[in-house]
Amino acid sequence: MINVSKIKKGIVLDHINEGQGYKLFSQLKLDEIEDVVVLLRNIPSRKMGKKDLIKIETDLLLDFTVLGLIDPDITVNIIENGEMVRKIKLQLPEKVTDIMKCKNPRCITNYEKVRHVEFTLSDPQKREYRCEYCDSPTSL
Amino acid sequence: MNKTKHLIEPKDFTVEELDDIFRLADDIIAAPMKYLEVCKGRLLASLFYEPSTRTRFSFEAAMLRLGGQVIGFDDPSASSTSKGESLADTIMTVSCYADIAVLRHPREGTAKLASKFSPDMPIINAGDGGHQHPTQTLTDLLTIRHYKNKFTDHVIGVCGDLKFGRTIHSLVKAMSRYKNVRFIFISPEELKMPQYILDELDSASYTQTNNLEMVIDQLDILYMSRVQRERFVSEEEYLRLKDYYVLDNTKLQKAKNDMIIMHPLPRVNEISVEVDDDPRAVYFQQAKFGMFVRMALIMKLLNLEVER
Ligand SMILES: [Zn+2]
Repeated sequence: MINVSKIKKGIVLDHINEGQGYKLFSQLKLDEIEDVVVLLRNIPSRKMGKKDLIKIETDLLLDFTVLGLIDPDITVNIIENGEMVRKIKLQLPEKVTDIMKCKNPRCITNYEKVRHVEFTLSDPQKREYRCEYCDSPTSL
Repeated sequence: MNKTKHLIEPKDFTVEELDDIFRLADDIIAAPMKYLEVCKGRLLASLFYEPSTRTRFSFEAAMLRLGGQVIGFDDPSASSTSKGESLADTIMTVSCYADIAVLRHPREGTAKLASKFSPDMPIINAGDGGHQHPTQTLTDLLTIRHYKNKFTDHVIGVCGDLKFGRTIHSLVKAMSRYKNVRFIFISPEELKMPQYILDELDSASYTQTNNLEMVIDQLDILYMSRVQRERFVSEEEYLRLKDYYVLDNTKLQKAKNDMIIMHPLPRVNEISVEVDDDPRAVYFQQAKFGMFVRMALIMKLLNLEVER
């Protein structure tokens, strides 16, 4: 049995909605990094019933913009020397580039090669963004 | 350095800039001979990735009447696009020849994308799918200004397909910037104004109804629109709704004497031919204002002036 309970230095993503851990794992491209990564699923939680959790043993910082976009309610703990030193409060980013794709089938960005399409937050409740080209609402 | 200005959507111009364009258009209408050579030696590229004879003629007539010349295509299968050339490459090539370009395209957001590859050549959006068609809005505004002398204090009835009507959404947004403008939205339940447009309006500034006759006596402006076949998923739905409103002389009896009737054209059945002789019908004049406002727009974007 590998001991996954403690990491010395890195990041713990806590309070991930049940079943969302693997999706997050892929969206953050954690399969592409060389560091130790642990995905825990279906952990009993008093608040959430069940939750998922990801631990990453790393010196690098994650792109918290992407994380805020995927789920701003995830708790991010930064670990140093085996201790939690800092919590990061996630926010929905005001502007997003290179993460989303416009979902409007009539949008030019789905036909021409368009780099760095910018999406602007239009409805924080629905986590909805608007495409800079066609103004259609899109979410991740 | 003068930053190149494009017209992609109506809000690219402030109310003051619009006024400037309309004043210039007024002067062109009053003394067109003064403007015969303003664009001498200038070239307009007319890039129509889908045919729209009406809009293309209006732009080309505008440029020719300013003494400029026109190149372009209105059939993309005859252009290098059919060989797989990207929009960016087309625009960068065209900007080597032309001073200004007009772009019509079936995909939404194309004009904006084109403007990013055109640092020196102004781009005018002549329609990008169901998204924006700002020169139609300028045309509507100049028509209102001409017949009503002001943009404030009007009751505007907007009738027909309010759900998919791009020109209508754009006109409503533009007119809502002026003081004391009230809208009455007239449509069948299925074609009501979308909520996101209503959300941007002051809720006291509009009412909704499905009965044109009941409200026609309150209107200063009646803007009729066509129900477009291509917006419907099923043919039955289109056939059921296409003749929902027909404006005829009987309905017009209750309307004010100085109400104006507008329509972006082409019409199908929504305005009976007998209405054409009514002095309140200005829809055939709109095309003329469309040309004049495009003349003013071309001059403005090219920073050209004549002494007034
Ligand atoms: Zn888009």
